[in-house]
Amino acid sequence: MTQATLSTALPAAFELHEASWQARLESLLSQGRAAGADLVELFIERTDHLGVLAEQDTITNVSPAFGMGAGIRVFLGHRDGFVSTNDLSDAGLLAALDQALAMLGLQRSSQSLSRFDGLPGLRDFASEKRAWLAQVPSLAETTEALLRGTDQLNRHGQHLQARRGSYGRDWQAVLVAASDGTYAHDIRLHQTLGLNVLAADGEHRSSVGRRYGTTDSPDDLRQWDAEAAALDLCQSAARMLYADYIEAGQFPVVLANRFGGVIFHEACGHLLETTQVERGTTPFADQVEQSIAHAAVTAIDEGLTGGAFGSIAMDDEGMAAQRTVLIENGVLKRFLSDRAGELRTGHARTGSGRRQGHTFAAASRMRNTFIAAGPHSPEELIASIDHGLYCKAMGGGSVGPTGQFNFAVEEGYRIENGQLASPVKGATLIGEAKEVMPRISMCANDLELAAGFCGSVSGSIFVTVGQPHIKVDSITVGGR
Amino acid sequence: METALDAVALRSRLETLASREGICQWDLGAACSTDTSVQVDRGEAKQLKGAQRRSITLRVWNEAGLVGITSTSDLSDEGLSKALLGAHEASAFGNHAETPAFSPLATAPLAVLDQPLHEQRSILELLDTLKEAERDLIGRHNAIATVPYNGLAQRSSERIYLNSDGACRQQQLTTASLYLYARAEETGRKPRSSGAVRMAYGAGDLDIAGCIQEAAERTIAHLNYAPIRTGHYTCVFSPEAFLDLIGAFSSLFNARAILDGISLSHRDSIGEQLAVPFLSIHDNGLHPGNIGASAFDGEGTPTARLSLLEGGMLRNFLHSEATARAFGVAPTGHAGLGAKVSVGPDWFEIGPTAGVSGGEQGLDRFASSGHSAGGEQGLVVIDSLSALHAGVKASQGSFSLPFDGWLLRHGEQQSIESATVAGDIRQLLQGIIGFEGQAKITPDGLCPWVWVDNLSITGEA
Repeated sequence: MTQATLSTALPAAFELHEASWQARLESLLSQGRAAGADLVELFIERTDHLGVLAEQDTITNVSPAFGMGAGIRVFLGHRDGFVSTNDLSDAGLLAALDQALAMLGLQRSSQSLSRFDGLPGLRDFASEKRAWLAQVPSLAETTEALLRGTDQLNRHGQHLQARRGSYGRDWQAVLVAASDGTYAHDIRLHQTLGLNVLAADGEHRSSVGRRYGTTDSPDDLRQWDAEAAALDLCQSAARMLYADYIEAGQFPVVLANRFGGVIFHEACGHLLETTQVERGTTPFADQVEQSIAHAAVTAIDEGLTGGAFGSIAMDDEGMAAQRTVLIENGVLKRFLSDRAGELRTGHARTGSGRRQGHTFAAASRMRNTFIAAGPHSPEELIASIDHGLYCKAMGGGSVGPTGQFNFAVEEGYRIENGQLASPVKGATLIGEAKEVMPRISMCANDLELAAGFCGSVSGSIFVTVGQPHIKVDSITVGGR
Repeated sequence: METALDAVALRSRLETLASREGICQWDLGAACSTDTSVQVDRGEAKQLKGAQRRSITLRVWNEAGLVGITSTSDLSDEGLSKALLGAHEASAFGNHAETPAFSPLATAPLAVLDQPLHEQRSILELLDTLKEAERDLIGRHNAIATVPYNGLAQRSSERIYLNSDGACRQQQLTTASLYLYARAEETGRKPRSSGAVRMAYGAGDLDIAGCIQEAAERTIAHLNYAPIRTGHYTCVFSPEAFLDLIGAFSSLFNARAILDGISLSHRDSIGEQLAVPFLSIHDNGLHPGNIGASAFDGEGTPTARLSLLEGGMLRNFLHSEATARAFGVAPTGHAGLGAKVSVGPDWFEIGPTAGVSGGEQGLDRFASSGHSAGGEQGLVVIDSLSALHAGVKASQGSFSLPFDGWLLRHGEQQSIESATVAGDIRQLLQGIIGFEGQAKITPDGLCPWVWVDNLSITGEA
């Protein structure tokens, strides 16, 4: 049997920083421009994924995957055609270009003169990152870490019916070239660890999960404190096991820091993407420099925080990451914009063109998105409420086409007379961004970020949400 | 572009590579597809997309009988070789306690599906069709200004299952889909939105007029909205909404979830009275209404109709080869392909149990008693549910979900501004009070309107 590793080095012909790619890409860009396209963009990708699952005290699934592909996007006026393919041969790429051109009524012709001067030197964001895939923990290390996690759950948990630990490692090398002179290469590394438990005692049940994630940190799994993670999770599961279902109504709520930021992500962040401006589905389209939130709210989206799950050296259109102030003291400042968003809405690009992979055209998407810290302590927020809800841990959520959002509360507590009271479960927060943003009246001084995944028009991407503890004066809480 | 899979050539290449690496037992699932799709925005092309995809998942058994897998989109010899080696390395971490085997039904006869293959239309034809549909929908009502979410797509695909014991499954398919999601807004009022979906085997067979009509009716019906008072209501689920809810709690019927300890059901739950005695649920991927049905699952087991609930009583679970072996039954054709094989439903048939009374009662129940539907409080119609990924706790049985719907009161229908419905799936199944109308074919299954008593509704009134 030949020996191999699950992160086998790639054959040189497929290394995306190799100079051989430049001539191939220039030929495609040149032919696309000669056919009459205003702009041609090529996105080449290689991926290497590893997923591992531990259940109870056994590794039950190891699922490696690797792939490659290209996305070719052609613009003509405000329209664009996009074709993706797994076939990276010259013939395969040319056929994809032909299909994209034909979508816009264009055709390659040897008679036409090229309107493309060639690519400049490669902007290589990956020069320090080529060894990452070899530096990540081996499969043996990974399985040991996960089993350590499920063992710690067993040590600290009570009434646990199921214990799970999961690990995902996504390595991606991308090469972006466009006829406007964009030519950039990057390597990304995302690692996630998840722990989940299901506790059951008679008819009482609670299921609680936590996910941790970092980017560009090959050593991350080796630094993981499995005991602290398990202890935190088991304490939550124990508290929620006998929790009552919350009564429905409209209450003031305090949303905890870290993943509490999902409310801003869902309720407002998506509405500040130019894809929503294009569709006419954001109520904020014409409100730049106008007040859209309480003066206590300043919100930022950026790709720069070291190690954060949504950080990127460059976006998927080859533009370097930026820090974008979305809302400052309640006033709308900027929208997140990509290449198509700039073309169609006039909002300048912000390095926010992101996509899951080569099968999606890039779109304006969030990176690390958070509400900035305020002056209060978390205790002050809780003390300001007579009867309300404290949302310690949030589940997922979504926003609809008319701006209505919803998200689930994983771990909640009643607030009575300014104090935390009994745990409650089954709560869903619903509302509309335009109505809720002015009700965020207090921000605490404990900003923290949390890793997550965001699914939207250009697929599922790695993001960070975040906030300090915040108080919302009134929100609809769905319950029993 | 060439995307077709050659099963004979693929088998030959795998046999050569496996032999070279000393691998005696393997199987694989491979798929390729060609997709084209269009989106429009107020009469202009918004995005035109095409895609060619190929993928393969290889599974190998090592010398100790343990299983490993690897997936790749690289079907070159180099890619397959790397995948084979990766799967073999992963097999060292295979689960001793539960090792998949070939399905005993991987060579059993398959049902013959009536799935005509259609020529793909040009993308510019699709574009013209969608522009016309958008124009038609916008013209249905002054308040409908845009159709922000829309798409017309077509796919030609092929999938293969092969194993080293000689099993060979192959299926070709063409499908097309249309979705139209309109946004309507009246002066001084909040925007409202709703839509419709259609599927067919080819773009020419799509019920475009029906999709436009349904999207228009649903959207317009939400214009006259008001908040609802929080309370407990009798609710009527649309076929789509009820199918979504049952799908979200399908771990009740899933042998994999039961073995993993995350289902509300147990190994010995067969025979339990899970629902009212007039409810039946079957899983039937072979139903002619299931556009794009698979003739076999990820392990090559034939797709078949399976009774899950009959007379409200739990009859069978969904199985893979491994779970079926653990339960001492035959695989049911609901498996994926993996080292740990996933199990999932295909397409539900939901309706009354033949010969059992009670299930026919719906609106008639109220009409015959001389009361208006829902009494003074009114009746809540749940048209569509949202955010099932966030609001369903399948392992606990609880749900709290936003919905679009109407309040029926005193003979009048008013759209509900913003609300959630919450409850427990076991109580809901025991709280069904009847069905309404003929069962409707949807992309997820077949179901009539379903009446349920006493569900918690949270509104903003």
